[in-house]
Amino acid sequence: MQFGVFSVGDVTRNPVTGETPSEAERIRNVLAIARKTEEVGLDVFAFGEHHNPPFMSSSPTTLLAAVAAQTEKLVVSTSTTLITTNDPVRIAEDYAMLQHVSGGRMDLMLGRGNTAPVYPWFGQDIRQSLPLALEHYNLLHRLWREDVVDWQGRYRTPLQGFTSTPRPLDDVPPFVWHGSIRTPEIAEQAAYYGDGFFANHIFWPSEHSKRLIDFYRTRFEHHGHGTREQAIVGLGGQAFIAKTSQEAHDRFRPYFDEAPVYGNGPRMEDFARQTPLSVGSPQEVIDKTLTFRETFGDYQRQLFLVDHAGLPIEMVLEQLELLGGEVVPVLRKELDALRPATVPDAPTHASLVKAKYGDAEPRQPRPNANRGDNVTGGSPYQDTDERDGAAA
Amino acid sequence: MQLVVVSGGTSDPSSTRMLADRITARVLDRAEQAGLEVDTAVVELRPLAAELASAQVTGFAPPAVAEAIATLAKADALIVATPVYKAGVSGLVKSFFDVVDQDVLIAVPTVLAATAGTSRHALVADEQLRSLLAYLRALTTPTSVFAAQEDWGTSGLSDRVDRAAHELVVLAAADVKAAMRDAGTRYNRVFGGAAEGADEIEFDTDLMRLATGGPSVVPPVRPV
Repeated sequence: MQFGVFSVGDVTRNPVTGETPSEAERIRNVLAIARKTEEVGLDVFAFGEHHNPPFMSSSPTTLLAAVAAQTEKLVVSTSTTLITTNDPVRIAEDYAMLQHVSGGRMDLMLGRGNTAPVYPWFGQDIRQSLPLALEHYNLLHRLWREDVVDWQGRYRTPLQGFTSTPRPLDDVPPFVWHGSIRTPEIAEQAAYYGDGFFANHIFWPSEHSKRLIDFYRTRFEHHGHGTREQAIVGLGGQAFIAKTSQEAHDRFRPYFDEAPVYGNGPRMEDFARQTPLSVGSPQEVIDKTLTFRETFGDYQRQLFLVDHAGLPIEMVLEQLELLGGEVVPVLRKELDALRPATVPDAPTHASLVKAKYGDAEPRQPRPNANRGDNVTGGSPYQDTDERDGAAA
Repeated sequence: MQLVVVSGGTSDPSSTRMLADRITARVLDRAEQAGLEVDTAVVELRPLAAELASAQVTGFAPPAVAEAIATLAKADALIVATPVYKAGVSGLVKSFFDVVDQDVLIAVPTVLAATAGTSRHALVADEQLRSLLAYLRALTTPTSVFAAQEDWGTSGLSDRVDRAAHELVVLAAADVKAAMRDAGTRYNRVFGGAAEGADEIEFDTDLMRLATGGPSVVPPVRPV
């Protein structure tokens, strides 16, 4: 089981001091948070993507490459990568490069994005968001698996003889999670390809996420990737931890009360009762997090939101100490003991290489001399003869 | 049949609830004459006020609101009664319907009722409640019931109550709801919602084919 944190990269006013960090400060802090995530023994750092203030997270692969360079074991991921407004060709290229420079310590999570004005900035239309996401992913999936792609669709310029470079590390595509709240088509696509499925699982009662996860599990089995229990599920979560329950409540309340999304609405106690949020002692956070498994079944990845609502960096780092020091070790032990041996871990680059090649050497594509295109010649790579033959 | 009564009255006793009760009583009489067995459930909105305010900002229904929505989703016939404030439907009533799934009331026969301090608000039920319920695809009766202070002692109010009750029972007895829902007509449903059949997933669609690597679909709306 993997544990980690996810952030959306918001630059939010600290409601206690009234100060808003600069973009520069927040970006530096996010790097510090990522380093701390590894230092305290967590596995994953995932970062969001937004293209409008008050966010600074427009360029996730640049940031994640820096994180990968400053860490040794941490898996970097996204929460989420916009499969709608990004060109799937650029996603294929950028994330394959991230995969190479991180030594395979990466995966990504796709989402549609729900900020309507962002779509036209990138030449798209939010009313087409769902078919756009589905079509883009079908293309992305091919770009990482076929050396040469001919493709025609509705939302992007056709491709003739296109090769996405670099080819994925060891010719093994990055693992993909699909994030969705209540869209069966997205869960179906994740299940069809045998990809992971992630429920944000922060702002709504667990029941809201459960029905779609159950659907994904059923369809994962239907499409022949394993049993429903073996489907690859990730969950979000939100916690604020202190030595005692009272201290956690007192310290988090001013941030909760003015948090974007749910602030100035429900009481913190009600919201914590109704949603996955836990505010309390390490034991209380452990107990609540263990209920996720009871609701959703054994799952592979748990990400916590810890750096939102204008929490100052010192508090976020302290939260990570408590999470990594007191909460996650217990969760690991308890959840590993409960999980049957037949339920797999989340795929990693190493496990995917092993699954594809066994003990054989992974493919290392070497390009032929540049011809400027892939239409007129043979294969762009030395180890294949056929123009469109991926050495799978 | 399940009759659900939604009342937005806030005082006790409330004239809105009293009007809803008068309509309910006539519906029960007429249903009995028609040989229909009726269970009545009343959703009082006042106790939900704080949760409704919270739901406006969180986007999900807290427990008591969720229970009220679940009750609404079982309705075979519905009475909605609102007080008129500032020439409009009460904010409480609007707040409630704002968080109700948009597919729970499809083809549900519905009587609209409103109370006000002055007869100058007489069209609020028809001009505001009717469009709200039309958006939710409920089937409103031709007669709505409006009661200003001066109407309470008149036989005209009783006549309108009776007429609306009659219309509701005719629609309910004909089981128009089931007939419309089953007519092979596909209504847009929100997956995971409270509506009957909300978890049924259609696989024979362009989008599902696209989700499983199929061909691109013709968009329902052209990109701007």
